[in-house]
Amino acid sequence: MKYLLVLAAGVLFGVTLFVAAMIYNPFMAERRLSPISVTDAEVMSLTYVNVPSESIIFTNDGESRQQPHPAKVLQLWEAPIRLTSMMTSVMRDARGRTAGIGVKFSSRSERTRLLNGEALVDSTWYIHLPGRGSLFIEQSENYWPFFREVAFPAWRSSGNNWKGTWLGDMSAGPGALGTARVTGGSGTLRGLATQGVESLSARAYSAEKGLVAAEGRLLIELPSIVADDTSQ
Amino acid sequence: MLKTFIIGILLGFAAAAGALYAYPAVDQHREASIVSVAPNGGNIESFHVNIPMDRVMVGAPGRKQSVPPGMQWPTDEELSGIRMELFKVRNTRDIVVGVASRTSASDADVIDWVLHLPARGSLYATMQSQASEGGMRRGGITAGSREFAPLKGFMTERWVADTSGEEGAPSGRIELSANYIGEYIPEDEDGLE
Repeated sequence: MKYLLVLAAGVLFGVTLFVAAMIYNPFMAERRLSPISVTDAEVMSLTYVNVPSESIIFTNDGESRQQPHPAKVLQLWEAPIRLTSMMTSVMRDARGRTAGIGVKFSSRSERTRLLNGEALVDSTWYIHLPGRGSLFIEQSENYWPFFREVAFPAWRSSGNNWKGTWLGDMSAGPGALGTARVTGGSGTLRGLATQGVESLSARAYSAEKGLVAAEGRLLIELPSIVADDTSQ
Repeated sequence: MLKTFIIGILLGFAAAAGALYAYPAVDQHREASIVSVAPNGGNIESFHVNIPMDRVMVGAPGRKQSVPPGMQWPTDEELSGIRMELFKVRNTRDIVVGVASRTSASDADVIDWVLHLPARGSLYATMQSQASEGGMRRGGITAGSREFAPLKGFMTERWVADTSGEEGAPSGRIELSANYIGEYIPEDEDGLE
């Protein structure tokens, strides 16, 4: 009996050790430099407030950490869409002016492999920029670095929150360099096929409510023809 | 005693790693796709949206009643020509299988649909704003992700009013029909050898 108890304690310690090794392993899913930030091409920058309560609408299954906004919005409780969220937000340009409106669909990905430091979300953006046209952006996002460096410290703290500055690229594919695939649908952006990167800048996080102060940014590489058209 | 403890640690470590490897962290619920073969090639898949019960959001300037209640649609002048709606999308068995956005923009004179089916991927279609006879709109599939990435084709949209008169019945439905045409891959003669 004594040996069984010692074995059980050892197993528990082993599991704890494994979890700690995953969270503190510096070689797992380190934040990378965005390939878009070193490109020679012109780049379009779009920012949005990444806090559900400050978006136009945000909805999910209603049982997740992030609460739907406004409170009476239809919730996505049906089984095929239970792991999905939708957010509509005003998109702003690099100078903070209103550039358009966007909707983001995010679903937890079945390709998630926590052993490899991949907590993946398959997301799709539709963005309409008046005077320019519309964009469709498809990507996988990896939330593991965010979980490790923001969510876990918030959960561990006595106040159940985290404050600081965290900036990271969320895009992790399908592009070979971990970039999102961007397609233009209408207007001057029609026919555009390029790549982009979404990043998250978090300043406050609550273990109970999720993101409290955060901003998202989309950087989209523009081929020269489109860049000339959109700059006019 | 120490040996037992160390064996326990190794067992715990291996069990945690094995469990993470063997069990999927995410398991999306799947409904069987209902696809039929088109007479002139390609496959057809139909979806619909019941109005008003599947409507998640109607965003347009100047609306007296916002959907959902309490939503503040931005009043920026730049967005005055945009109307954006969000829906739940159903398959032909009337089961919710995804979500969608429908955006009409006066500046581009188009209607854009994005269908997001979590277990399968997303589909983006751009339609002409003018409906043809019979109230149907048609547009090309511009892009797709995952399962839909290699597919081209077109999508149609049609409003069908409910005439059943049943209590609790929707006022109508938006019918979407996606016609997928896969990319032709020529047979590799060398591969047959």
